Amino acid sequence: MATMEQLYFRRRIRNALALALSLIATVFGLFWLVWILWTALSNGLAAINGALFTQMTPPPGSDGGLLNAFFGSLVMSGLALLIGAPIGIAAGTYLAEYARKHVIGETIRFVNDILLSAPSIVLGLFVYTIVVRTMGHFSGLAGALALALIVIPVVVRTTDEMLQLVPSAMREAALSLGVPQWKMTLQVLYRAALPGIVTGILLALARISGETAPLLFTALNNQYWSTDLSQPLASVPVVIFQYAMSPYDSWHALAWAGAFMVTLFVLLLSLFSRAVLLRKRIAND
Amino acid sequence: MTDSQAALQLAAAPTPTSAPAREAKLRARNLDFFYGDYRALKSINIDVSERKVTAIIGPSGCGKSTLLRIFNRIYSIYPKLRAEGEVLLDGENVLDPRYPLNRLRSKIGMVFQKPVPFPMSIYDNIAYGIKHYEKLSRSEMDARVEHALGQAALWNEVKDKLKQSALSLSGGQQQRLCIARAIALKPEVILFDEPTSALDPIATGKIEQLVEELKDEYTIAIVTHNMQQASRISDYTAFMYLGELIEFGDTAAIFENPKQKMTEDYITGRYG
Repeated sequence: MATMEQLYFRRRIRNALALALSLIATVFGLFWLVWILWTALSNGLAAINGALFTQMTPPPGSDGGLLNAFFGSLVMSGLALLIGAPIGIAAGTYLAEYARKHVIGETIRFVNDILLSAPSIVLGLFVYTIVVRTMGHFSGLAGALALALIVIPVVVRTTDEMLQLVPSAMREAALSLGVPQWKMTLQVLYRAALPGIVTGILLALARISGETAPLLFTALNNQYWSTDLSQPLASVPVVIFQYAMSPYDSWHALAWAGAFMVTLFVLLLSLFSRAVLLRKRIAND
Repeated sequence: MTDSQAALQLAAAPTPTSAPAREAKLRARNLDFFYGDYRALKSINIDVSERKVTAIIGPSGCGKSTLLRIFNRIYSIYPKLRAEGEVLLDGENVLDPRYPLNRLRSKIGMVFQKPVPFPMSIYDNIAYGIKHYEKLSRSEMDARVEHALGQAALWNEVKDKLKQSALSLSGGQQQRLCIARAIALKPEVILFDEPTSALDPIATGKIEQLVEELKDEYTIAIVTHNMQQASRISDYTAFMYLGELIEFGDTAAIFENPKQKMTEDYITGRYG
């Protein structure tokens, strides 16, 4: 009996120890996260004012805002989605519906996964070499292309996975009505997988809205208001990079405000995509 | 073991079909089926009579679903599956690649094991297939949808919520919706692949009643695990084992006086 009690005691000690260690690990991880969010929040909120959304990036020492950077980021991200999402959806559909167990499909899926985890600076350099060097100058268009290259693998992966989650019974049911495969895909499968595909696009948008490296080589930056996509274009991440590295306090404040806005945007996107998925789950129940 | 060997030999010889007297709508002739190299069906000959219910029974893996899935060529969406032999619909071989898939699937509808409503409204679920074949005015379409839902004994339950998602229906209602979806195309044959195996007894009863009503207009082939179901609703019963058609005949004869020892063993529950 004594040994039983000893054994039980030892187990309780071990359990308490394991629990304590995992708690410490969690607290350690969350500590930094909260600190980062808090810093962005407090510094950012302090720097937010009306001028942020109405004035251009200022020269050192004078007041200004980030309007041109917000505009540039919005346009380049939007264009990147416009280019990347259709290509990604089409390629993901090919993988899931037409090449699921083929060697070609598996190969493309593997290459896509590599692209998915490729450092974004490599994609920036690639676009720099083939677009910027060819055109002779930096441009918003090149920036959008670099961002589109980040969007594509994300959307390919999510579209592929979401379509694979649609039960094959639904394909059989639609095809048994005599409907051809392309029609079945467009009208039945996309409808079933829509929340997942939309979530993938939103996640891609969240990913590119904070990307700096691919824009440094492609869109560069622009201190002035510009809507010309063939010219250098400002963006929030690049302005944050430039201003945060500078010695001027007014620029630091603007960098914090930009960082806060990007963080807030990504946070809202994540919440929104969760809501989209949640609605799907409720509809399925 | 000797019994089953004897039966297999008998079955391998010209298949012992006591062919139904009525005219056959659908005939399989020397039908073989392969999953890659594996021969899943062995020289099946079977007649599905017009406006009758033909049940296909047998233990798991005997090939009964495989047989049904050849009739509308739904197997062909998967790679490495192959059917050899003939399936004659009104005398025409539907396995001939020149036989248009469109035409085949508008003539032979199918209802699956699990109800799979499309993620759209109840109305659109029915209208979806029709739109592929016919261009109807709004009122004509309304009438067709109502007729199909009525035939599937679902109209009274859904007439006030046609715009609601079909996913909001119960399992039994969803299965009747799938039947209505098949009926809406005005097929000649309806294939049922274990249509009640995912349903509770009350919903099962409704589907069975429906099948009996539908045979006035349609030729029906039904695969079932449930022998009582086969004896309740079918006119003819085929018993399959390990990819062979062991015995085929009047349902009453199969259940009361089976000629093959294997059939008798199966329906009396000695294996399966």
